[in-house]
Amino acid sequence: MEKSTAKKFHIDKTFKTNLITYSIVIAAFIIVQLLISAGQVSSLMKGLLVPLCIYSIMAISLNLTVGILGELSLGHAGFMCMGAFSSSIFSISMMDSIPNAGIRFFLAILVGAAAAAAAGIVVGIPVLRLRGDYLAIVTLAFGEIIKNVVNVLYLGKDSNGFHFSMKNAMALHMEKSGTIILNGAQGITGTPKNSTFAIGVLLTLITLFIVLNLINSRSGRAIMSVRDNRIAAESIGINITKYKLMAFTISASLAGVAGVLYSHNLSSLTATQKNFGYNQSIMILVFVVLGGIGNIRGSMVAAVILTLLPELLRGLNAYRMLIYAIILIVMMIFNWSPKLIDFRKRYFHLNRAKKERV
Amino acid sequence: MMSFISYFINGLSLGSVYAIIALGYTMVYGIAKMLNFAHGDVIMIGGYVVFTVVSTMGLGPVAGILLAVILCTVLGVVIEGVAYRPLRMASPLAVLITAIGVSYLLQNIALLVFGSNPKSFTSVVTVPALKLADGKLTISGETIVTIISCVIIMIGLTTFIKKTRAGQAMLAVSEDKGAAQLMGINVDGTIALTFAIGSALAAIAGALLCSAYPTLTPYTGSMPGIKAFVAAVFGGIGSIPGALIGGLLLGVIENLSKAYISSQLSDAIVFAVLIVVLLVKPTGILGKKISEKV
Repeated sequence: MEKSTAKKFHIDKTFKTNLITYSIVIAAFIIVQLLISAGQVSSLMKGLLVPLCIYSIMAISLNLTVGILGELSLGHAGFMCMGAFSSSIFSISMMDSIPNAGIRFFLAILVGAAAAAAAGIVVGIPVLRLRGDYLAIVTLAFGEIIKNVVNVLYLGKDSNGFHFSMKNAMALHMEKSGTIILNGAQGITGTPKNSTFAIGVLLTLITLFIVLNLINSRSGRAIMSVRDNRIAAESIGINITKYKLMAFTISASLAGVAGVLYSHNLSSLTATQKNFGYNQSIMILVFVVLGGIGNIRGSMVAAVILTLLPELLRGLNAYRMLIYAIILIVMMIFNWSPKLIDFRKRYFHLNRAKKERV
Repeated sequence: MMSFISYFINGLSLGSVYAIIALGYTMVYGIAKMLNFAHGDVIMIGGYVVFTVVSTMGLGPVAGILLAVILCTVLGVVIEGVAYRPLRMASPLAVLITAIGVSYLLQNIALLVFGSNPKSFTSVVTVPALKLADGKLTISGETIVTIISCVIIMIGLTTFIKKTRAGQAMLAVSEDKGAAQLMGINVDGTIALTFAIGSALAAIAGALLCSAYPTLTPYTGSMPGIKAFVAAVFGGIGSIPGALIGGLLLGVIENLSKAYISSQLSDAIVFAVLIVVLLVKPTGILGKKISEKV
C-alpha cells in the first residue's frame, strides 16, 4: 500500500524540468499583468508583448527541427507566412458567417496550423532526402518561394463565390459589390485584431506542452535516435522517413500558429523580405542557437531577450543594431570557442576545488 | 529572336557576377567547411569603397577598384582572424551564427557611415556599347567587361590552384586539415589566404554589380550574396568550375524568366530550379558523391 502511493507521488526529473518551464511562462504572464495594472508598462512595451509570444513559439518550433530532429532549416519563416496568410483569408471571408470573434479566431488558428502543416509535408517529403547544408539551402529556397508566390496571388469574394488570379486584381472579374481579400504585393488589409497577450501566452504554453511531450514520448525518442545515428536507428527498425516527416510537420504547423498570431496582430499584412524572408528565418535560428540547440526552455528565453534587446537599446538609437551585432558575435565566441570553454572550465573547477577544501 | 539573344547575354553577364561571388563562397566552404554569410556584405563594402573613391574623391575607376580590392582583402582577413578563427573547432552551426553576426555588423557600419539613402553609383566601365546586326542588338560595355573579367578570374584562379604551392596547399587543406598540418602546411595561413582571395573577388564583384545595377544601399549585397550561394550549391559546393556553371545558369534562368514569365516570380523560379536539381543530383551538378561509411 505504502509502496504504490510512493510511486504515485514520485516526480521524475524531466517532469520537474518541464514543470519549471511552464511555471516560468505563467510567472512571466502574471508579472506582466501586474505591471500593466500598476501602469508600469509603456505603450511601446505593450506592443511588444504579442511579438514576444510569436517569437517564442517560432523558436520552440524551430528547435524541434534543429535541436531534436538535427536538421538545419533556414526557411522557417515560410511556414509562418503560410499560417499568417491562410488564417487571415479565413478570418476575413468568414467575418459574416461566424460573428463570434472567439470561435472565429479559434478556427483561424486551426486553419493556419493545418495550412502550415500541409506545406510542411509538401516541403518535407523532397527536402528530408537531402543532408546537411544542402537541406538547409533547399529549406531556404522553399521559404523564399512561399513568400514570392504569396506576392503574386489575388483573391476576391463576391456573390458568386471566390475569384482567384495570379495576374492582377482586374483579372479577378469580380462584381462591383465584391471585395478583394488578397491583393498581390499589397497583401491583406482588415484582418481582425484578435491576438492578445493572454492568447499568445496560452498558445506558447500549448506549444511547449506539445513539444515537450513529443520529446519525452516513444516517437520523440525515435526522432532523437535518428538525429544521433541514422544508420543505427534504421538498423533497429525505426522508420526514418516517418519520424523525420513527423517532427518537420509538427514544427511547421507550430510555426503556422505563430503566423496566425502575427497576422491577427496587424491590420495589414504583406509578405516582405523583413517579416517572412530568409532574414526572419535566420533571426529565429539565432534564438535557437543562442538559447541552446535542443534546449526548449533556453530557446524561449533567448527569443524573449533578443526581441527585447533592440528595444532596450533604443536609447542608443543608430548604434543599437551595431551593438546587437557585436553582442551576438561576442556571445557566440564566448560560448563556443574551445579555448574559452577550457578557460571557463578551469576557472569553475578552481572554484569548486576551493569550496571542497573548505 | 534578337530580344532573346539580348536577354540571354544579359543573363550571362548577371551570371558572371554571381559566379565571381560564388567563387568566394565555394572556396571558403571547401576549405573551412563553413557558410560565410557575411560574404554578400563584403560585396556591399567593396561597392561603397569604389563609390567613395570615384564619386566623392574624384579619382579614376581603376584607383577605386584597386583600393576596394585592398580594403576588402584586409577586411576578409580581419573577419576571419577575429570572428571565425576562435571557432575553428566549434560546431558548424555556431560558426554560421557568428557569420550572421558579422553580416549584421557590416550592414550597420555601412548604415552609420553612409546612411540609409540609396547612392547612385557611376559605372566604373568606360568601354562603349557594342552594336551588332545593324543596331538591332546592343550589348552594353558593362556586360562585355563583366563577362571578360569573369573569364580572366576563372582562368587565373584555376592556374593559381594548379600551379602554385599556395594553391596546392589550399587543395590539401580542403581535402584533410589534419594530414595537411602533418605535412607542414600552415593551415591557419592557408585559410586566411582563402578568405583574402574570396574577399578580393567580392570587391571586384561589388564594382561590377553596382555598375550594372547602379543603386547602392547597405543591403545591396545580401540578396546577390544569397543567390550566389545558391549558385555555388547548384554547381556543387566546393567545386570551382561548379561555381562558374552554377552562376551562369542561375543568371540566365533569372533573366529569361524575368523577361518571359514574370518579373515578380523570377526569384521563385530560380529557387524552384535549384530544388529540382538538388533532388536529382543531391550534391549539385559537379559535386562529389558522398559515400557513407557505417
